[in-house]
Amino acid sequence: MRRYSAFAIAREAARYHSGWGKAWSSPEPKKKYDVIIVGAGGHGLATAFYLGRNFGITNVAVIEKGWLGGGNTGRNTTIIRSNYLQDPSAAIYEKSRSLYETMSQDLNYNVMFSPRGVMMLAQTQAEVRGYLRTAQANALQGVSTRFIQPAEVKKLVPIINLDGPRYPVLGALWQDRAGTARHDAVAWGYARACSDMGMDIIQQCEVTAVRREGGRVVGVDTTKGAIDCDKLGIVVAGNSGVMAERAGFRLPIESVALQALVSEPIKPCMDVVVMANTVHGYMSQSDKGEMVIGGGADGFNNYTQRGSFHHIEETVRALVETFPMVSRLKMLRQWGGIVDMTGDRSPILSKTPVEGVFINGGWGTGGFKATPGSGWAMAELMAKGHSPLTDEFSMWRFKEGKFIDESVAAGVAH
Amino acid sequence: MLILHCPYCGVMADETELHGGGEAHLTRHGPGSSDEDFHDYLFAKENPRGVHFERWRHVQGCGKWFHAARDTATLEVFGTYPAQTTEPPKAIRKAITAKRPGWTWRGFSDPAK
Ligand SMILES: Cc1cc2nc3c(=O)[nH]c(=O)nc-3n(C[C@H](O)[C@H](O)[C@H](O)COP(=O)(O)OP(=O)(O)OC[C@H]3O[C@@H](n4cnc5c(N)ncnc54)[C@H](O)[C@@H]3O)c2cc1C
Ligand SMILES: [Zn+2]
Repeated sequence: MRRYSAFAIAREAARYHSGWGKAWSSPEPKKKYDVIIVGAGGHGLATAFYLGRNFGITNVAVIEKGWLGGGNTGRNTTIIRSNYLQDPSAAIYEKSRSLYETMSQDLNYNVMFSPRGVMMLAQTQAEVRGYLRTAQANALQGVSTRFIQPAEVKKLVPIINLDGPRYPVLGALWQDRAGTARHDAVAWGYARACSDMGMDIIQQCEVTAVRREGGRVVGVDTTKGAIDCDKLGIVVAGNSGVMAERAGFRLPIESVALQALVSEPIKPCMDVVVMANTVHGYMSQSDKGEMVIGGGADGFNNYTQRGSFHHIEETVRALVETFPMVSRLKMLRQWGGIVDMTGDRSPILSKTPVEGVFINGGWGTGGFKATPGSGWAMAELMAKGHSPLTDEFSMWRFKEGKFIDESVAAGVAH
Repeated sequence: MLILHCPYCGVMADETELHGGGEAHLTRHGPGSSDEDFHDYLFAKENPRGVHFERWRHVQGCGKWFHAARDTATLEVFGTYPAQTTEPPKAIRKAITAKRPGWTWRGFSDPAK
């Protein structure tokens, strides 16, 4: 792999950019791998990356039915934060956030991590109490957050309207080390690093069945033929239920559409991320100047990667109340992704009823922030059979009543 | 926008008039049931890519619960029917078979089989 650097840019500029080469190779599948990962989203690629980096397991294939990063990884609004309530969540999300800090260096790929700060507005008394509690919990977990007053909110976000007619801003939970990153670059950076370690990334190839012998995985059937493996990681987000069925078990996950939209680019007007959970909308400004906007998930099971228009209307209405100046903005694009929702709004990183098959899913509306931490933990789980970061996220926790309830912290989709 | 026919008041209702209630035809396992059954009833919901049966409530209309048969991969609606039943009516199952031969959903399938 040729390293990217300022020197490389100068070198290539001098020869008309003729020497860059492909960032990753696209080989035909081999007959057998030690590990197959289904799904080349950020989480699947990060899992493969850390299998190689942390455990020296490089005879790995990542199999993707579409193009890599074309699922929720390329459809999300890129918010990265770790201000969750429960300890197991804080552990994995904070691990993840901290890995983002050095990701560009680790991958030699600019993922544009921008720790600009994330603000979650409190617009009801219940929310004030909720975020005060979260701030206390975060202090105990070693996650740096604090509750700020309306005056400080206004100072950080001059375009905000504090005295909204229905839901005035009463304060906010502020995490100054949170922020955003370039979602595609995260997938591309991992793909390049995995390819460099000798792993095969096989795109345009759907896994159609999981072959088992005596309760153990022995391989998969794909649209490019049968491939054997010793271990299988299912990392397919909205398609978790479909893949689990192909492997012969059921998951406590339901799939629904979540939408987002971006405006025309405008001059810099907001340099933090603002989330308004009560009125259901959140917004940040991309480096190109577009306002990146998201809201709540749609209300019924759906695999179509598009959502209902009235959800967009609700989101935009909420944001116009919160940021009156956006009322004149034209919207450029709108899209949907299929998110995998669990009952307690926390993910599943777990062994499964099939020996050798592992599942990583249920990240729902908020897994982009978790990409590196999830890959780190999943790789450990697959290599060693257990990881301190995944122990609490087993698929059987629901049966035992051991929920990791994040429905408050994740009251709105992000 | 999803549009469903309310089988009680006869209105073609927009999604904004309705509230989704999740999977239909659940067996509500309660006290005395096995842990497995109770877990599956509460959490292991059907999540198919394709034919699906679900509950809807006509909240902004007559207020009643009804059932819908729908395809989650195309958003096509096969039909709606009143909730006072433990299985999809034959006519609905036939309508699904006409478009999705060989379909199954939990214990249900083509009525001809
Ligand atoms: C609109 C929207 C906004 C969001 N905003 C945020 C946010 O601001 N912050 C945040 O943290 N999270 C956010 N999320 C959530 C986040 O995008 C996801 O949790 C995360 O990207 C999931 O990554 P993944 O790698 O698990 O899934 P994906 O990127 O979806 O990857 C799964 C891959 O598996 C492939 N696949 C599926 N089935 C098969 C098969 N049978 N064979 C082969 N391949 C298969 C798919 O094609 C896909 O590429 C948002 C999501 C959406 C939709
Ligand atoms: Zn009605």
